[in-house]
Amino acid sequence: MFNKEYEAMQVSKLREVQLERLRWSVKHAYDNVPFYRQSFDAAGFKPEQIQSLDDLRRVPFLMKQNMRDAYPFGLFAVPMEKVVRIHSSSGTTGNATVAGYTRNDIDIWAEVMARTIACAGGSSKDVVQVAYGYGLFTGGLGAHYGAERIGATVVPISGGNTERQLMLIKDFGTTMLACTPSYAINMADHVERNRPDYDFRKTKLRAGIFGAEPWTEQMRSEIETRMGVEAFDIYGLSEVIGPGVSCECSAKSGLHVFEDHFYVEIIDPESGEVLPEGEKGEIVYTSLTKEACPVIRYRSRDISRLYRTPCSCGRTLVKMEKVTGRSDDMLIIRGVNVFPSQIEAVLMEVEGTEPHYQIIVDRKDALDDIEVMVEVNERIFSDELKVMNQLAARIKQRMQSVLGVSAKVTLVEPRTLARSEGKAVRVIDRRKLK
Amino acid sequence: MNITQLSLFLENKPGRLQSALKVLAGKNINIRTLTIAEVTDFGIVRMIVNNPDEAARALRENHFTCSTTEVLAIEISDEPGQLEKALEAFSRHKLNIEYMYAFTEKRNDRAVMIFRFDDIEAAKKALAGEGYKIVKKIDIIGE
Repeated sequence: MFNKEYEAMQVSKLREVQLERLRWSVKHAYDNVPFYRQSFDAAGFKPEQIQSLDDLRRVPFLMKQNMRDAYPFGLFAVPMEKVVRIHSSSGTTGNATVAGYTRNDIDIWAEVMARTIACAGGSSKDVVQVAYGYGLFTGGLGAHYGAERIGATVVPISGGNTERQLMLIKDFGTTMLACTPSYAINMADHVERNRPDYDFRKTKLRAGIFGAEPWTEQMRSEIETRMGVEAFDIYGLSEVIGPGVSCECSAKSGLHVFEDHFYVEIIDPESGEVLPEGEKGEIVYTSLTKEACPVIRYRSRDISRLYRTPCSCGRTLVKMEKVTGRSDDMLIIRGVNVFPSQIEAVLMEVEGTEPHYQIIVDRKDALDDIEVMVEVNERIFSDELKVMNQLAARIKQRMQSVLGVSAKVTLVEPRTLARSEGKAVRVIDRRKLK
Repeated sequence: MNITQLSLFLENKPGRLQSALKVLAGKNINIRTLTIAEVTDFGIVRMIVNNPDEAARALRENHFTCSTTEVLAIEISDEPGQLEKALEAFSRHKLNIEYMYAFTEKRNDRAVMIFRFDDIEAAKKALAGEGYKIVKKIDIIGE
């Protein structure tokens, strides 16, 4: 444990810490950010009204759109001379969301990422290869600072250049890999296709901290089997800080949230009501210590649930269930809610199929049409047409039973679907263009 | 005795077969015979080439999905009823043919057919007993 005092703190004590920090954070936001002042005033809320953690429920939400509208620095709560770093989302679906960090914010970020690495069994003895992208994206630098904080040896290779990744894993004795789960599978694919001489099991690689996109248990076992590593889910979002919001421990039964810095609530995405512990809904974040960009009740759109059960790792921090869907990504197909992660789970379950897929949603004659394109690799390819047809039929049938809608399944050649070394493009919704 | 067939997955779109063949041409691969099984969206190209390993390697390098399968090349007299007679022998031995296609050249005035059996070893045994000549790899690929 990197910081036992906070990670294993008695819950009642933790509540005190949270309340004290929450009062500071809410007041800090109100005093220094015009958006929060207007929003709180409009709701008739004053920061002094926070007497208990539950009083936070009276505070209005911060929406993704509010962040976009504030582009670039509208939500900054400190003067620019205090801001030492800026990160930003890619802004592919509108204005980018921008996050600033003070020196203290960077310090907290390094701390929570160091805790994350320790959570996955890492220490100063590890060689951490950071294959998240470096730059405006928070993944690379976030993992980098955390690994340095814990005293590990950092290999700041950034994303891409798979041959070089493999070479350094071998030559530098990398023990921990940090990248997106889809890139990890990409690497395993590359080895299978082009490097029969390369064996991950003959390297020192033993663990991976994978995040920045939702992934399934099936993907975990796929990565673990093919790369011979233990795969940990790490979670974060640039609006809140970046990676380091929560992570899995050796128990792998949910992700511990670093609650002394981030307060979490689960709400019903429809009504906005806070749901009791254990119920599934949208996660809402409130930063407790951030200076440059405090977030108060930020609606993440990520779907999860919270539970505080004793953990074998000794941490008392609340756990959130692995995020497997976003309310944003949710597709409504003929009135049925479909998450891309469900489709992915079906593909993983059908023998040997890797998650190189794309979902295309279209509307024909006022009816939604869903097509799942699956790349055919050598493990599922057969010279017999009937075997290929059976594969497509099996995927189609499982989709129908899991999703409750019928999808067209199209087998396509490798490398025909958009793929990136960062986040994968999974859904193309053509209905939006009409 | 077995012949190595190269099988290739292609989408049913203009230019796909051509781009695969271009890869093979670039490696000086000679195609001895070729057949395509297709459905609406995709097809499986099956071919006999002079160097299947080299061909598969080149295709994989260019991100095509392909595999190699063992098939049998059998000489059959080029006369009415001879193919039927061969099939009658196969069915008597309960040999299931997954698919078959013809070789483009004749050998000693006889036709050469490529057969993909689900059990190639059982097929070889039965065919030898029936007096059919299984063409050797060396004769087919001409090396």
